[in-house]
Amino acid sequence: MSDTIRNVIIIGSGPSGYTAAVYAARASLTPLVFEGSVTAGGALMNTTEVENFPGFRDGIMGPALMDEMRAQAERFGAELVADDVVEVDLTGDIKAVRTATAEHRARAVILATGSGYRKLGLPNEDTLSGRGVSWCATCDGFFFRDQNIAVVGGGDSAVEEATFLTRFGSKVTLIHRRDELRASKIMAERAFADPKLEIIWNAEVASINGSESLESLTLRDTVTGEQSELPVTGLFIAVGHDPRSELLKGQVDLDENGYVVVEHPSTRTNLPGVFAAGDLVDHHYRQAVTAAGTGCAAALDAERYLAELDHAEAAAAAVTA
Amino acid sequence: MGNIAAVTDADFEAEVLKSDKPVLVDFWAEWCGPCRQVAPILEELAGEHSDKMGFFKLNVDENPTTPSNYRVTGIPTLNVYQGGEVVKSIVGAKPKAALLRELEEFLG
Repeated sequence: MSDTIRNVIIIGSGPSGYTAAVYAARASLTPLVFEGSVTAGGALMNTTEVENFPGFRDGIMGPALMDEMRAQAERFGAELVADDVVEVDLTGDIKAVRTATAEHRARAVILATGSGYRKLGLPNEDTLSGRGVSWCATCDGFFFRDQNIAVVGGGDSAVEEATFLTRFGSKVTLIHRRDELRASKIMAERAFADPKLEIIWNAEVASINGSESLESLTLRDTVTGEQSELPVTGLFIAVGHDPRSELLKGQVDLDENGYVVVEHPSTRTNLPGVFAAGDLVDHHYRQAVTAAGTGCAAALDAERYLAELDHAEAAAAAVTA
Repeated sequence: MGNIAAVTDADFEAEVLKSDKPVLVDFWAEWCGPCRQVAPILEELAGEHSDKMGFFKLNVDENPTTPSNYRVTGIPTLNVYQGGEVVKSIVGAKPKAALLRELEEFLG
Protein backbone atom coordinates (compact mmCIF):
# COMPACT_ATOMS: atom_id res chain seq x y z
CA MET A 1 0.00 0.00 0.00
CA SER A 2 1.21 3.47 -0.82
CA ASP A 3 1.37 5.86 2.14
CA THR A 4 0.70 8.93 0.04
CA ILE A 5 -2.81 10.27 0.01
CA ARG A 6 -3.45 11.74 -3.39
CA ASN A 7 -5.72 14.62 -4.24
CA VAL A 8 -7.56 12.78 -6.96
CA ILE A 9 -7.62 9.42 -8.68
CA ILE A 10 -9.28 9.11 -12.09
CA ILE A 11 -10.53 5.68 -13.16
CA GLY A 12 -10.92 5.41 -16.93
CA SER A 13 -9.18 6.75 -20.00
CA GLY A 14 -11.63 7.66 -22.72
CA PRO A 15 -12.35 11.28 -23.65
CA SER A 16 -13.88 11.90 -20.20
CA GLY A 17 -11.02 10.36 -18.18
CA TYR A 18 -8.27 12.09 -20.16
CA THR A 19 -10.08 15.45 -20.18
CA ALA A 20 -10.58 15.22 -16.41
CA ALA A 21 -6.86 14.43 -16.20
CA VAL A 22 -5.90 17.48 -18.29
CA TYR A 23 -7.99 19.80 -16.09
CA ALA A 24 -6.93 18.23 -12.78
CA ALA A 25 -3.27 18.26 -13.81
CA ARG A 26 -3.43 21.92 -14.89
CA ALA A 27 -4.96 22.70 -11.48
CA SER A 28 -1.82 21.14 -9.90
CA LEU A 29 -3.79 18.25 -8.41
CA THR A 30 -1.30 15.69 -9.88
CA PRO A 31 -4.00 13.15 -10.70
CA LEU A 32 -3.30 9.44 -10.86
CA VAL A 33 -5.13 7.92 -13.83
CA PHE A 34 -5.92 4.22 -14.15
CA GLU A 35 -6.20 3.72 -17.90
CA GLY A 36 -6.98 0.00 -17.85
CA SER A 37 -4.52 -2.64 -19.04
CA VAL A 38 -6.19 -3.31 -22.41
CA THR A 39 -8.81 -0.58 -22.52
CA ALA A 40 -6.57 2.51 -22.56
CA GLY A 41 -8.08 5.13 -24.84
CA GLY A 42 -11.59 3.75 -24.44
CA ALA A 43 -14.23 3.12 -27.07
CA LEU A 44 -12.70 5.47 -29.66
CA MET A 45 -9.80 3.04 -30.01
CA ASN A 46 -12.18 0.83 -32.01
CA THR A 47 -13.24 3.51 -34.44
CA THR A 48 -11.74 4.92 -37.60
CA GLU A 49 -12.45 8.47 -38.69
CA VAL A 50 -14.03 10.80 -36.12
CA GLU A 51 -15.67 13.54 -38.18
CA ASN A 52 -17.49 15.46 -35.48
CA PHE A 53 -14.89 16.32 -32.86
CA PRO A 54 -14.59 20.11 -32.98
CA GLY A 55 -11.25 21.48 -34.05
CA PHE A 56 -10.46 18.75 -36.58
CA ARG A 57 -12.12 20.00 -39.74
CA ASP A 58 -10.77 17.13 -41.86
CA GLY A 59 -11.58 14.52 -39.21
CA ILE A 60 -9.13 12.56 -37.12
CA MET A 61 -8.67 8.83 -36.53
CA GLY A 62 -10.12 7.69 -33.19
CA PRO A 63 -6.87 6.16 -31.86
CA ALA A 64 -4.92 9.27 -32.96
CA LEU A 65 -7.35 11.55 -31.11
CA MET A 66 -6.89 9.46 -27.97
CA ASP A 67 -3.09 9.55 -28.32
CA GLU A 68 -3.34 13.35 -28.42
CA MET A 69 -5.56 13.57 -25.33
CA ARG A 70 -3.28 11.19 -23.46
CA ALA A 71 -0.15 13.17 -24.35
CA GLN A 72 -1.89 16.41 -23.35
CA ALA A 73 -2.76 14.99 -19.90
CA GLU A 74 0.78 13.72 -19.46
CA ARG A 75 2.28 17.06 -20.47
CA PHE A 76 0.64 18.76 -17.49
CA GLY A 77 1.79 16.11 -15.03
CA ALA A 78 -0.97 13.51 -14.88
CA GLU A 79 0.43 10.17 -13.81
CA LEU A 80 -0.92 7.50 -16.16
CA VAL A 81 -0.99 3.83 -15.18
CA ALA A 82 -1.95 1.10 -17.66
CA ASP A 83 -3.55 -1.15 -15.07
CA ASP A 84 -7.04 -2.35 -14.13
CA VAL A 85 -8.82 -1.32 -10.96
CA VAL A 86 -10.25 -4.44 -9.34
CA GLU A 87 -11.83 -2.99 -6.19
CA VAL A 88 -12.79 0.39 -4.75
CA ASP A 89 -13.79 1.65 -1.33
CA LEU A 90 -15.31 5.08 -1.88
CA THR A 91 -17.53 5.56 1.15
CA GLY A 92 -15.02 7.14 3.59
CA ASP A 93 -13.27 10.52 3.55
CA ILE A 94 -10.20 8.78 2.16
CA LYS A 95 -11.03 6.66 -0.89
CA ALA A 96 -9.17 3.44 -1.64
CA VAL A 97 -8.62 2.17 -5.18
CA ARG A 98 -7.04 -1.25 -5.61
CA THR A 99 -5.35 -2.94 -8.54
CA ALA A 100 -4.26 -6.60 -8.47
CA THR A 101 -0.96 -5.56 -6.90
CA ALA A 102 -1.38 -2.28 -5.00
CA GLU A 103 -3.72 0.00 -3.09
CA HIS A 104 -3.84 3.73 -3.78
CA ARG A 105 -5.63 6.35 -1.70
CA ALA A 106 -7.05 9.76 -2.52
CA ARG A 107 -9.38 12.43 -1.16
CA ALA A 108 -11.42 12.51 -4.36
CA VAL A 109 -12.18 10.04 -7.14
CA ILE A 110 -13.47 10.64 -10.67
CA LEU A 111 -15.23 7.68 -12.23
CA ALA A 112 -14.98 7.52 -16.03
CA THR A 113 -15.03 3.82 -16.90
CA GLY A 114 -17.42 4.24 -19.83
CA SER A 115 -19.43 1.41 -21.29
CA GLY A 116 -18.81 -1.94 -22.92
CA TYR A 117 -20.53 -3.48 -25.93
CA ARG A 118 -23.63 -5.53 -25.33
CA LYS A 119 -23.92 -9.14 -26.44
CA LEU A 120 -26.94 -10.74 -28.06
CA GLY A 121 -26.87 -13.53 -25.47
CA LEU A 122 -27.14 -16.35 -28.00
CA PRO A 123 -25.42 -19.73 -27.90
CA ASN A 124 -22.42 -19.77 -30.30
CA GLU A 125 -21.89 -16.03 -29.90
CA ASP A 126 -18.74 -16.57 -27.81
CA THR A 127 -17.50 -19.78 -29.46
CA LEU A 128 -17.66 -18.19 -32.93
CA SER A 129 -16.09 -14.94 -31.74
CA GLY A 130 -12.99 -14.53 -33.92
CA ARG A 131 -14.53 -17.16 -36.23
CA GLY A 132 -16.90 -14.78 -37.96
CA VAL A 133 -18.60 -13.06 -35.02
CA SER A 134 -17.15 -9.67 -34.10
CA TRP A 135 -17.85 -6.43 -32.23
CA CYS A 136 -15.22 -4.35 -34.03
CA ALA A 137 -15.76 -3.59 -37.70
CA THR A 138 -12.60 -1.53 -37.94
CA CYS A 139 -10.52 -4.42 -36.55
CA ASP A 140 -12.05 -7.31 -38.40
CA GLY A 141 -13.87 -6.01 -41.50
CA PHE A 142 -10.65 -6.49 -43.48
CA PHE A 143 -10.96 -10.28 -43.20
CA PHE A 144 -14.35 -10.40 -44.93
CA ARG A 145 -13.34 -9.12 -48.33
CA ASP A 146 -15.86 -10.19 -51.00
CA GLN A 147 -17.96 -12.08 -48.46
CA ASN A 148 -21.51 -11.70 -47.19
CA ILE A 149 -21.61 -9.72 -43.96
CA ALA A 150 -24.45 -8.99 -41.56
CA VAL A 151 -24.64 -6.20 -39.00
CA VAL A 152 -27.22 -6.31 -36.23
CA GLY A 153 -28.47 -3.07 -34.65
CA GLY A 154 -30.13 0.18 -35.66
CA GLY A 155 -28.26 2.99 -33.92
CA ASP A 156 -25.43 5.21 -35.13
CA SER A 157 -22.73 2.65 -34.44
CA ALA A 158 -24.58 -0.15 -36.29
CA VAL A 159 -25.18 2.05 -39.33
CA GLU A 160 -21.63 3.40 -39.25
CA GLU A 161 -20.23 -0.14 -39.09
CA ALA A 162 -22.50 -1.35 -41.90
CA THR A 163 -21.48 1.56 -44.12
CA PHE A 164 -17.80 1.01 -43.30
CA LEU A 165 -18.07 -2.72 -44.04
CA THR A 166 -19.37 -2.14 -47.59
CA ARG A 167 -15.79 -1.30 -48.58
CA PHE A 168 -14.87 -4.94 -47.88
CA GLY A 169 -17.93 -7.15 -48.21
CA SER A 170 -19.64 -8.15 -51.44
CA LYS A 171 -22.89 -7.39 -49.66
CA VAL A 172 -23.76 -6.05 -46.22
CA THR A 173 -27.13 -6.75 -44.60
CA LEU A 174 -28.22 -4.59 -41.70
CA ILE A 175 -30.66 -6.41 -39.44
CA HIS A 176 -32.87 -4.19 -37.34
CA ARG A 177 -35.71 -5.21 -35.07
CA ARG A 178 -37.83 -2.12 -35.75
CA ASP A 179 -39.13 -0.50 -38.94
CA GLU A 180 -37.02 2.64 -38.64
CA LEU A 181 -33.45 3.42 -37.67
CA ARG A 182 -32.46 5.12 -34.43
CA ALA A 183 -29.36 6.42 -36.17
CA SER A 184 -28.90 10.11 -36.95
CA LYS A 185 -30.27 11.38 -40.26
CA ILE A 186 -26.92 11.85 -41.93
CA MET A 187 -25.86 8.28 -41.07
CA ALA A 188 -29.19 6.79 -42.17
CA GLU A 189 -29.11 8.66 -45.48
CA ARG A 190 -25.62 7.37 -46.16
CA ALA A 191 -26.88 3.84 -45.51
CA PHE A 192 -29.94 4.21 -47.76
CA ALA A 193 -27.76 5.55 -50.58
CA ASP A 194 -25.27 2.69 -50.40
CA PRO A 195 -25.89 0.15 -53.20
CA LYS A 196 -24.07 -2.65 -51.34
CA LEU A 197 -26.14 -2.24 -48.19
CA GLU A 198 -29.50 -3.90 -47.68
CA ILE A 199 -31.67 -3.41 -44.61
CA ILE A 200 -33.91 -6.14 -43.24
CA TRP A 201 -36.54 -4.42 -41.09
CA ASN A 202 -38.47 -5.96 -38.18
CA ALA A 203 -36.05 -8.82 -37.75
CA GLU A 204 -33.94 -10.23 -34.93
CA VAL A 205 -31.24 -12.88 -34.83
CA ALA A 206 -32.75 -16.11 -33.49
CA SER A 207 -29.60 -18.20 -33.83
CA ILE A 208 -25.99 -18.02 -34.97
CA ASN A 209 -25.12 -21.10 -37.01
CA GLY A 210 -21.80 -22.77 -37.82
CA SER A 211 -19.40 -25.27 -36.27
CA GLU A 212 -15.83 -24.28 -37.22
CA SER A 213 -16.80 -20.82 -38.37
CA LEU A 214 -19.92 -18.75 -38.97
CA GLU A 215 -22.09 -20.08 -41.81
CA SER A 216 -25.49 -18.48 -41.44
CA LEU A 217 -27.98 -16.70 -39.21
CA THR A 218 -31.54 -17.66 -38.50
CA LEU A 219 -33.67 -14.52 -38.45
CA ARG A 220 -37.07 -14.14 -36.83
CA ASP A 221 -39.55 -11.57 -38.09
CA THR A 222 -40.57 -9.49 -35.06
CA VAL A 223 -44.07 -8.94 -36.49
CA THR A 224 -45.05 -12.29 -38.01
CA GLY A 225 -42.66 -14.57 -36.07
CA GLU A 226 -41.67 -16.18 -39.36
CA GLN A 227 -38.12 -17.55 -39.53
CA SER A 228 -35.66 -17.30 -42.40
CA GLU A 229 -32.07 -18.22 -43.10
CA LEU A 230 -29.39 -15.66 -44.04
CA PRO A 231 -26.09 -17.13 -45.28
CA VAL A 232 -23.22 -14.93 -44.00
CA THR A 233 -19.61 -15.52 -42.98
CA GLY A 234 -19.33 -12.36 -40.92
CA LEU A 235 -21.60 -10.99 -38.19
CA PHE A 236 -20.93 -7.65 -36.52
CA ILE A 237 -22.92 -7.00 -33.37
CA ALA A 238 -23.79 -3.37 -32.55
CA VAL A 239 -26.84 -3.60 -30.31
CA GLY A 240 -25.77 -1.03 -27.76
CA HIS A 241 -23.69 -0.71 -24.66
CA ASP A 242 -23.87 -1.31 -20.94
CA PRO A 243 -22.18 0.95 -18.38
CA ARG A 244 -19.08 -0.52 -16.79
CA SER A 245 -20.26 0.05 -13.22
CA GLU A 246 -19.79 -3.46 -11.78
CA LEU A 247 -17.07 -2.25 -9.36
CA LEU A 248 -19.31 0.45 -7.93
CA LYS A 249 -22.33 -1.64 -6.92
CA GLY A 250 -23.42 -1.18 -3.32
CA GLN A 251 -21.46 2.08 -2.95
CA VAL A 252 -22.40 4.54 -5.67
CA ASP A 253 -26.08 5.02 -6.57
CA LEU A 254 -26.86 3.48 -9.96
CA ASP A 255 -30.06 3.68 -11.99
CA GLU A 256 -32.01 0.57 -13.05
CA ASN A 257 -29.75 0.14 -16.09
CA GLY A 258 -26.53 0.44 -14.09
CA TYR A 259 -25.64 4.03 -15.03
CA VAL A 260 -24.20 6.19 -12.26
CA VAL A 261 -26.69 8.74 -10.95
CA VAL A 262 -25.29 12.27 -10.61
CA GLU A 263 -26.77 15.53 -9.32
CA HIS A 264 -27.23 17.26 -12.65
CA PRO A 265 -25.89 19.66 -13.79
CA SER A 266 -22.95 18.76 -11.55
CA THR A 267 -21.05 15.46 -11.70
CA ARG A 268 -21.50 14.74 -7.97
CA THR A 269 -22.58 11.22 -7.05
CA ASN A 270 -24.31 10.28 -3.79
CA LEU A 271 -20.87 9.98 -2.15
CA PRO A 272 -18.99 13.15 -1.15
CA GLY A 273 -15.74 13.43 -3.12
CA VAL A 274 -16.84 10.96 -5.79
CA PHE A 275 -17.65 12.33 -9.24
CA ALA A 276 -18.68 10.58 -12.45
CA ALA A 277 -18.46 11.50 -16.13
CA GLY A 278 -18.78 10.22 -19.67
CA ASP A 279 -20.66 7.16 -20.91
CA LEU A 280 -20.74 5.72 -17.40
CA VAL A 281 -23.37 8.39 -16.67
CA ASP A 282 -24.71 9.43 -20.05
CA HIS A 283 -26.87 7.03 -22.06
CA HIS A 284 -28.43 9.83 -24.05
CA TYR A 285 -25.79 11.78 -25.97
CA ARG A 286 -22.83 9.37 -25.82
CA GLN A 287 -20.48 11.51 -27.91
CA ALA A 288 -16.73 11.95 -27.58
CA VAL A 289 -17.21 15.67 -27.10
CA THR A 290 -19.96 15.33 -24.47
CA ALA A 291 -17.82 12.81 -22.61
CA ALA A 292 -14.91 15.24 -22.73
CA GLY A 293 -17.26 17.99 -21.51
CA THR A 294 -18.44 16.07 -18.47
CA GLY A 295 -14.85 14.96 -17.77
CA CYS A 296 -13.93 18.63 -17.57
CA ALA A 297 -16.90 19.30 -15.27
CA ALA A 298 -15.89 16.41 -12.99
CA ALA A 299 -12.36 17.78 -12.64
CA LEU A 300 -13.72 21.27 -11.80
CA ASP A 301 -16.17 19.75 -9.29
CA ALA A 302 -13.35 17.74 -7.68
CA GLU A 303 -11.12 20.81 -7.57
CA ARG A 304 -13.82 22.81 -5.78
CA TYR A 305 -14.54 19.94 -3.37
CA LEU A 306 -10.84 19.70 -2.44
CA ALA A 307 -10.58 23.47 -1.99
CA GLU A 308 -13.56 23.41 0.39
CA LEU A 309 -12.01 20.55 2.35
CA ASP A 310 -8.74 22.50 2.66
CA HIS A 311 -10.63 25.58 3.73
CA ALA A 312 -12.61 23.65 6.40
CA GLU A 313 -9.43 22.01 7.70
CA ALA A 314 -7.64 25.36 7.90
CA ALA A 315 -10.60 26.88 9.76
CA ALA A 316 -10.69 23.95 12.21
CA ALA A 317 -6.94 24.28 12.80
CA ALA A 318 -7.33 28.02 13.46
CA VAL A 319 -10.03 27.33 16.08
CA THR A 320 -7.93 24.76 17.99
CA ALA A 321 -4.76 26.90 17.77
CA MET B 1 9.36 -1.90 -28.02
CA GLY B 2 11.78 -4.39 -29.33
CA ASN B 3 11.31 -7.76 -27.63
CA ILE B 4 9.13 -9.04 -30.46
CA ALA B 5 10.51 -9.58 -33.95
CA ALA B 6 8.34 -9.42 -37.05
CA VAL B 7 7.64 -12.59 -38.99
CA THR B 8 6.40 -12.64 -42.60
CA ASP B 9 4.64 -15.02 -44.96
CA ALA B 10 8.09 -15.84 -46.36
CA ASP B 11 9.82 -16.88 -43.15
CA PHE B 12 6.80 -18.10 -41.17
CA GLU B 13 7.67 -21.76 -41.71
CA ALA B 14 11.30 -21.40 -40.69
CA GLU B 15 10.72 -19.11 -37.71
CA VAL B 16 7.46 -20.48 -36.36
CA LEU B 17 6.55 -23.91 -37.67
CA LYS B 18 10.08 -25.34 -37.37
CA SER B 19 10.84 -23.80 -33.99
CA ASP B 20 11.92 -26.14 -31.17
CA LYS B 21 10.14 -24.00 -28.60
CA PRO B 22 6.44 -23.09 -28.60
CA VAL B 23 5.95 -19.81 -30.46
CA LEU B 24 3.31 -17.14 -29.95
CA VAL B 25 2.36 -15.14 -33.05
CA ASP B 26 0.49 -11.86 -32.67
CA PHE B 27 -1.62 -11.19 -35.80
CA TRP B 28 -2.00 -7.41 -35.90
CA ALA B 29 -2.43 -4.34 -38.09
CA GLU B 30 -1.69 -0.64 -37.85
CA TRP B 31 -5.40 0.29 -37.97
CA CYS B 32 -6.48 -2.03 -35.16
CA GLY B 33 -6.96 -0.19 -31.85
CA PRO B 34 -7.12 -3.27 -29.60
CA CYS B 35 -3.89 -4.52 -31.23
CA ARG B 36 -2.19 -1.32 -30.11
CA GLN B 37 -3.69 -1.73 -26.65
CA VAL B 38 -2.39 -5.28 -26.16
CA ALA B 39 1.06 -4.70 -27.76
CA PRO B 40 2.82 -3.39 -24.61
CA ILE B 41 1.57 -6.40 -22.62
CA LEU B 42 3.00 -8.78 -25.21
CA GLU B 43 6.28 -6.89 -25.12
CA GLU B 44 6.40 -7.43 -21.35
CA LEU B 45 5.59 -11.13 -21.68
CA ALA B 46 8.28 -11.52 -24.32
CA GLY B 47 10.79 -9.73 -22.09
CA GLU B 48 9.99 -12.01 -19.18
CA HIS B 49 9.51 -15.39 -20.87
CA SER B 50 11.61 -15.51 -24.03
CA ASP B 51 13.56 -18.47 -22.59
CA LYS B 52 10.46 -20.68 -22.70
CA MET B 53 8.61 -19.36 -25.67
CA GLY B 54 9.27 -17.55 -28.95
CA PHE B 55 7.35 -14.32 -29.64
CA PHE B 56 6.62 -12.91 -33.09
CA LYS B 57 4.24 -10.41 -34.64
CA LEU B 58 2.75 -10.75 -38.10
CA ASN B 59 1.32 -7.74 -39.92
CA VAL B 60 -1.84 -8.98 -41.65
CA ASP B 61 -1.84 -6.11 -44.16
CA GLU B 62 1.59 -6.98 -45.49
CA ASN B 63 1.23 -10.76 -45.11
CA PRO B 64 -2.16 -11.98 -46.33
CA THR B 65 -1.31 -15.69 -46.83
CA THR B 66 -0.60 -16.81 -43.27
CA PRO B 67 -3.74 -15.29 -41.68
CA SER B 68 -5.84 -16.82 -44.43
CA ASN B 69 -4.17 -20.26 -43.96
CA TYR B 70 -5.03 -20.16 -40.28
CA ARG B 71 -8.50 -18.67 -40.84
CA VAL B 72 -7.78 -15.62 -38.77
CA THR B 73 -10.90 -13.43 -39.00
CA GLY B 74 -10.38 -11.09 -36.09
CA ILE B 75 -7.42 -9.25 -34.64
CA PRO B 76 -5.63 -9.24 -32.39
CA THR B 77 -5.41 -13.05 -32.64
CA LEU B 78 -2.65 -14.68 -30.62
CA ASN B 79 -1.86 -18.16 -31.91
CA VAL B 80 0.55 -20.50 -30.17
CA TYR B 81 2.35 -22.96 -32.48
CA GLN B 82 4.07 -26.07 -31.24
CA GLY B 83 5.56 -28.73 -33.52
CA GLY B 84 4.12 -26.92 -36.54
CA GLU B 85 0.52 -26.98 -35.26
CA VAL B 86 -1.75 -24.38 -33.67
CA VAL B 87 -2.16 -25.52 -30.07
CA LYS B 88 -3.84 -22.41 -28.69
CA SER B 89 -5.74 -19.48 -30.15
CA ILE B 90 -6.61 -16.38 -28.16
CA VAL B 91 -8.85 -13.81 -29.83
CA GLY B 92 -9.05 -10.20 -28.65
CA ALA B 93 -6.99 -8.01 -26.34
CA LYS B 94 -6.82 -9.41 -22.80
CA PRO B 95 -5.17 -8.16 -19.60
CA LYS B 96 -1.76 -9.53 -18.68
CA ALA B 97 -3.07 -11.73 -15.86
CA ALA B 98 -5.59 -13.35 -18.21
CA LEU B 99 -2.93 -13.97 -20.87
CA LEU B 100 -0.61 -15.49 -18.27
CA ARG B 101 -3.39 -17.88 -17.26
CA GLU B 102 -4.07 -18.84 -20.89
CA LEU B 103 -0.36 -19.38 -21.56
CA GLU B 104 0.44 -21.10 -18.26
CA GLU B 105 1.02 -24.53 -19.84
CA PHE B 106 3.76 -23.09 -22.08
CA LEU B 107 5.38 -20.71 -19.60
CA GLY B 108 5.48 -23.29 -16.78
